[in-house]
Parts: sequence; C-alpha cells; structure tokens
Amino acid sequence: MRKYKESLMRIVFMLCACFSIFAVAMICIFLFANGVPAIAEIGAGKFLGGTVWRPLQDLFGILPMIVGSIYVTAGAIIVGVPIGIFCAVFMARFCPKRLHRFLKPAIELLAGIPSIVYGFFGLVVIVPVMQKIFGGSGKSILTASILLGIMILPTIIGVAESALRAVPDSYYEGALALGATHERSVFKAVLPAAKSGIMAGVVLGIGRAIGETMAVVMVAGNMAVMPDSILDGVRTLTANVVLEMGYATGLHRDALIATAVVLFVFILIINLSFSLLKGKGRANNG
Amino acid sequence: MDKTASKAINVRSFRQKWKDYRRHPGSLILFLLVCLAALITLAVLFFLVVYILVMGIPNLKPSLFAWEYNSTNVSMTPAIINTVIMMVITLLIAVPLGICSSVYMVEYAKRGSKLVRVVRVTTETLQGIPSIVFGLFGFLVFVLLFKWDYSLIAGALTLAIMVLPVIMRTTEEALLAVPDSYREGSFGLGAGRLRTVFKVVLPSAVPGILAGIILSIGRIVGETAALIFTAGTVAELPTSLTSSTRTLAVHMYALLNEGLYVEEAYATAVVLLVVVLIINLISSALGRKIARN
Repeated sequence: MRKYKESLMRIVFMLCACFSIFAVAMICIFLFANGVPAIAEIGAGKFLGGTVWRPLQDLFGILPMIVGSIYVTAGAIIVGVPIGIFCAVFMARFCPKRLHRFLKPAIELLAGIPSIVYGFFGLVVIVPVMQKIFGGSGKSILTASILLGIMILPTIIGVAESALRAVPDSYYEGALALGATHERSVFKAVLPAAKSGIMAGVVLGIGRAIGETMAVVMVAGNMAVMPDSILDGVRTLTANVVLEMGYATGLHRDALIATAVVLFVFILIINLSFSLLKGKGRANNG
Repeated sequence: MDKTASKAINVRSFRQKWKDYRRHPGSLILFLLVCLAALITLAVLFFLVVYILVMGIPNLKPSLFAWEYNSTNVSMTPAIINTVIMMVITLLIAVPLGICSSVYMVEYAKRGSKLVRVVRVTTETLQGIPSIVFGLFGFLVFVLLFKWDYSLIAGALTLAIMVLPVIMRTTEEALLAVPDSYREGSFGLGAGRLRTVFKVVLPSAVPGILAGIILSIGRIVGETAALIFTAGTVAELPTSLTSSTRTLAVHMYALLNEGLYVEEAYATAVVLLVVVLIINLISSALGRKIARN
C-alpha cells in the first residue's frame, strides 16, 4: 500500500514538473498556428517589410512597429545600462553595509511597481516636461526610452550586482596590492571578470524593454508610421496588439497575433542569448 | 579592541583619500559617477513614490470606495474585491503546481537528469515571455477555444501560468537550502520519501515558499496586459467563475483610456502603490528571516 502511494505521488510530482514544458509548448503551438498562416496569407515580405498599417484597407505592414520596438529598446539601453551598471558597482563595492540594507529593498521596490503605474507616471510627469522642452505632443521615442530605461534599472542592477559579488576577492586584492586605487581595482580587475554576468543582466533588460506594453502605450504616441526623429511618436509591437485586439476580427486579428509571433521570436532569441551568457559566466567563475 | 585596530589600518583618513584622488583624477571621476548613478536611481524611486502619494491622496474620496460602481462615482471597490478573488484563484492553481514540480526537481529527480534540464530551460523561457504574449495566449485558448469568453477563470489560468516560474524558482531555492541531515534523520527513523517531503522538508522550507507566493501576489496585483483580453474590463462584482471582471490595475488602465478620470486614476495609483509597498515590506522581512536561519 505504502509503496503504491509512493510511486503514485512520484508520478504526480513528475507530471507537475512537466507542466511548464507543456505550457511553453502550448504557447508556441497556439501562437504559431494562428499567426503563421496570417503571415503566409499577407505575404512574409509585405508583412515584415511593409511600411503601411491600414487594417481597413487590408494593408498589414508591421515594419514601423518592428523599427519602433527596436528604437525604443535601444533608447532604454542607452538610458538604463550605464546608470544600472554604475549603480550595481556602487552596491557591490562602494556602499557601506548599513546603506546597502536600505538600498537593496529600494531597488526591489522599483522592480515591484506595476507597469501601469510607471506608464501613468510617465504620462503625468515626463510627457509634460518633454512638451515644454521640445514642443509637440511630448509622446515620443525619447519619452518612452527614458521611462523604459528607468523600468529596466532594477533588472540590470540585480543581475549585475550578483555577478560582481561572484568575482573572487583575490582579483580585487591583487589589483590593490599592485598599487591601484580602489576605483581602478574595481573597474579594471573586478568589472572585466564579471563581464558575462553583467551582459546577461543587460540582455534580460532588453527582454523586459521590448516586451513592455502598458507603460509604452501611455507615452510612445502610438502612430503606426515610420519615425523620422527621436522626437516622433512610434508604435511598438506590443502596443499594436494591445491597442487593436479588442475590436479586431478576421484577418486583422490574425495579423495582430502574427505581430505577437514576431515579438515572441525576438524574445526567444533574447532568452537564448541570456542563458548562453549566464552559462558562460558560471563557467568563468568556476 | 582587535576590531578597532584592524579598522584603523584599513581605513584611511579623508585627507589621505583626497591626496590619492589628486594624484589619480580618473579615480575621482569614476567614484563620483558611481555615486551619481546610485543617487539617480534612488532619486527616481523617491520622486515617483512621493509624487504619486502627494498628488493622489487628496483624491481619495469616500465615493471612490462606494459598494456599487457607476460612471458618476467610478468606485474602485468592486475592482479591489475582484483583484483579491483573482489572486486567490490564481494562487490556488499555481502554488500546488509550483510546489509539486519543485519537489520533483529537488527531491526526486536525479541530479542533472535530462528532464530537469529541460524543465529549467522552459521555466526560464516562461519567465522571459512578456505579459502581453501570455494575454494573447489566454485569449486564444481560454476565451476563444474553450468558449469561456472574458472571464475570471480565463484570467486566473493565464496569470497562473505567468507566476508559475516565480513560485518554482523560489520554492526550489528553499528546498535546496534544507540541510541533508534533516532528510537523513527522517529516513533513519524509517519514514518513506513521501513522508519525509511532507513532514520534514516542506515545513522547514515554508518561509522561502511564502516569499515566492508574496512575489507572485505582487505580479498578480500589478498585471494589466495579460488580463485585458482574458478577464475583460467589466467593473462589477463577479457572480460566477465565468463572469468578466476588472482588477485594480485594469481599472486604472480603463480610467486612463477613457481620458476623463485623471483624478480617479491618481487615487487608484495610490492604492496600487501602497499595496506594492506593503508586499515589499513583508517580502524583505521574510528575506531577513530566511537569511538569519
């Protein structure tokens, strides 16, 4: 009886463990099964390379959205990565223990704030400032980049800090013993050793930025046209789905799902490079 | 005594440091940049929290907490109750599933087995998928295929898949932190594997598991994109599992979308922010407790 129960529960546990495999497989199957036929119907070249998105006239070109997502993500990286890495260095090697006890929960809070609240903050604070400085609507690539740059900070700081802490102290001490200053030792000996871990954090931040929806919808302007400058409004892939899914039918709906497929492929590539980098970081530090 | 002596050797006076920096201006610049980055991060957080609280608290009118929602009072009470219901259902699905699968990964599977590796990769993938993709998946499967329409259960199932990797990761860490001597002791007393897991290993991993659950609650409360097309935006209390509901975050999105309710959106943001603050306080208290153990 006991043996029977033991092996039964073993199977139950195993099935539970397999659920995440099942979930990922289902997500892939459903997205691709609904999206790929739409891409085929529209034509891959017209869909991915078309610059006009007019669902009413059956024109489904998502190039503006792809470009929009890439611009906004790149902007977020430019804003967020330097601050994030420097802040991680501060937390790992500069800040006194007592300050760290306060700073760490603060960064976690930054990670916990809902994206809709970030979006609202961007809408009522950053957008008016941009309006005053540059004129226009204030909703632009630049605005979205700043907001997303703030939102990816905790991700980058978290991963980069633990990568910096994983570097053996002997590296730092060796540099100090050679007469380097504290700063020089940290930046020339510790930081290069933590490089792949920090890169993993950056890649994770890229994933967050490109997948962010609600905050971007609020501040990016959402025009489905190719942007000319960073002060133009853009629509990202995520925004395209969330704005039109509510009322779309037929091919329009399938085109939106296909938009999500394109986003999903981006995310899969980013995830893959994240796990490769993380594996490399682990191998480097023994 | 010993401690202060070693401190005196390691700590240099401000004047000495200044002399060093005069000789190495690059180091000074780096030092300032590093401090500046930390300062900016803190300042942004501080400004965001204070701004929302200062602008929002005056807008917290009693009518916003009226029992029934209508377009004149724009009450958030139904949304708050919906959020709690959504949270409970999601956790009821995700927590047992997450704990059981972590138990398999840590207690049953052979270390480095192929299944474990595949599960690791898929949970990491799940964690990286944006919430809008989850929302679309939930829409395709639960709303369209299962014909549940916009409903509480469709939203909860979507969220359960979303928070599963969070619960799995934290539970796994908590289980791994349980010393092997506990298990050996239990086996030595003649208990089977199953009994050992439920009576010895899981109870001592409770704080870690709780930390994971609290983290998931934070995600559930703040989630918008995954819910708009699965649970819908009806601002009333649900009558059954298949009625459409809006959670507080979705409520805030709806208010902003209509464009007429900025003051009410401020008030909602305050409530959301306070909930997140409380969740973070609990989770860091738990974290400290785990670290002490």
